[in-house]
Amino acid sequence: MIWKEQVECAGPADLKNLQSDYLSKLTAYIYNNCPVYKKKIDEAGVKPEDIKSIDDIKKLPFTTKVDMRDHYPYGLFSTDQSEVREIHVSSGTTGNPTLVGYTKDDVKLWSDVMARTMCCAGAEPGDTIQIAYGYGLFTGGLGFHYGAMEMGLRIIPTSAGQTARQLKIMQEFKPRIIACTPSYALYMAEEARDMGIDPAKGNWKIGIFGAEPWSDSIRREIEELWNMLATDVYGLSEIIGPGVAQECPHKDGLHIFSDVFYPEIINPESGEEVAEGEDGELVITTLTKQAIPLIRYRTRDIVSINYEKCRCGRTSPRISKIKGRTDDMIVVRGINVFPSQIEHVLVGIEGTQPYYQIVVDRKAHKLDEVEVLVEVEERIFSDEIKELKELQDKIRKEIGAVLSIGVKVTLVEPKTIERSMGKSKRIVDKRTL
Amino acid sequence: MKITQISVFLENRKGRLFDVCSLLGDNEINIRALTIAETESFGVLRIVVDKSDVAVKILKDNGFVANLTHVVAVEVGDKPGGLASVLKVFADNNVNIEYMYGFVEKFSDKALLVFRFADTDMAQQILAKNDIKVVTEKEIEGL
Repeated sequence: MIWKEQVECAGPADLKNLQSDYLSKLTAYIYNNCPVYKKKIDEAGVKPEDIKSIDDIKKLPFTTKVDMRDHYPYGLFSTDQSEVREIHVSSGTTGNPTLVGYTKDDVKLWSDVMARTMCCAGAEPGDTIQIAYGYGLFTGGLGFHYGAMEMGLRIIPTSAGQTARQLKIMQEFKPRIIACTPSYALYMAEEARDMGIDPAKGNWKIGIFGAEPWSDSIRREIEELWNMLATDVYGLSEIIGPGVAQECPHKDGLHIFSDVFYPEIINPESGEEVAEGEDGELVITTLTKQAIPLIRYRTRDIVSINYEKCRCGRTSPRISKIKGRTDDMIVVRGINVFPSQIEHVLVGIEGTQPYYQIVVDRKAHKLDEVEVLVEVEERIFSDEIKELKELQDKIRKEIGAVLSIGVKVTLVEPKTIERSMGKSKRIVDKRTL
Repeated sequence: MKITQISVFLENRKGRLFDVCSLLGDNEINIRALTIAETESFGVLRIVVDKSDVAVKILKDNGFVANLTHVVAVEVGDKPGGLASVLKVFADNNVNIEYMYGFVEKFSDKALLVFRFADTDMAQQILAKNDIKVVTEKEIEGL
């Protein structure tokens, strides 16, 4: 079923009218309620009354991750904190984390787009869903929870981890839908085999996988292993969390809920819009959010867009799977990792930045592993093993604390990390995504 | 008398020890004592050589991380209980040993052991007070 047919299947003219109406209201709203945005809009030489149509969006300034960081915690909010009902925090690039907040209506919006997401994947009211995304500050768990509640699913909120119990719960309560990261789906298949369970005879028939990039070959692997339909969900906490875009069973792009999350695909250097079908950076405007609405937010994700009507009946445009990033962020087990975070730790410990390299690997059907190679320089070298091990341990603990995932730290000899143009090649991603 | 030890950082990689030793050999530097402390991913090579200043420069010029540490080379009777009698002096006087290792060769009928102490100066005073012979830098060069 289609959860909100009147917008998901709206004709282009109706959709444009709706978006135009939302955008002009949004511009006035943030201009009057958020001093940071008022300043940005003034600096762009635009007046809220200039924004009449969705096409006028190009007159508005971009918002970046740096804006989020610089105005941490509340600078980009358009409501008083007393109106906020929920906050979520994700790790930032350096220093400040990214804080997002939701009013009661924002949570309703989130519930609505997540209900659309699950319907889009093929869920029907009355189905049971096992939510194995982490519940907590990460938006994954609660986002799915709200949407499942909204559309009338029976929820098993297992959260992430405790794989043996996840599998027992699958067998016992027979949920037709599983929501987790794609790498966890692979990992659980391996664990199932070890427990003597044939994953192909498992109960999950629909998977809603996201929070990390994955390819069609991983999709085929998951679908064969679990004998299920594996769909891709896209989202980011700055926009709302999961629920920005979702694949339908035709698996031909992710339907972006453009009536509320208006997409533009731009050339990341020039900021100009690229042609339909061309790769560019996805920029999203949250047309109806209240607490922390964002205008033209630069997601740094490279995608292409397709405005054709889909075979499923939806007219909402479809974005491709993420083809890359404009920065060097990588996603590991659903966590965003920036090299700058690791630099920050190393500079803190050693005083200056040593050469380092981040190696991400995924052994067959195992979870992602992060290894940080750090070149040993003379000023940190000691003839005593225990001091070197202490240093290694300290780096490991501090990086682990900043990233919220365990890493392995390996000390290596100087000049052994490959240099490119004088800079070290900072990330080696060996995963088959 | 303190003597100088060179410590070199080594990754656990094939041929790295060979690289260090052949580099020193090519430059006419003789290794007198040697030990390796290792972890699962890296190790520290500690050596006593005849020309430590030259050796450490050559190592650094060739991209190795190396530093100099003061250690004490102690003569120990080459007989059962020889080492124990020296260690007893350290234990009785609360001298803490960070690590120790043996020499490759001998220059008398005694065995030579290299000690790295937490407090080298104090250890030396205790050794002198107990008439335990230590080896000088000169003697090392002449080995």
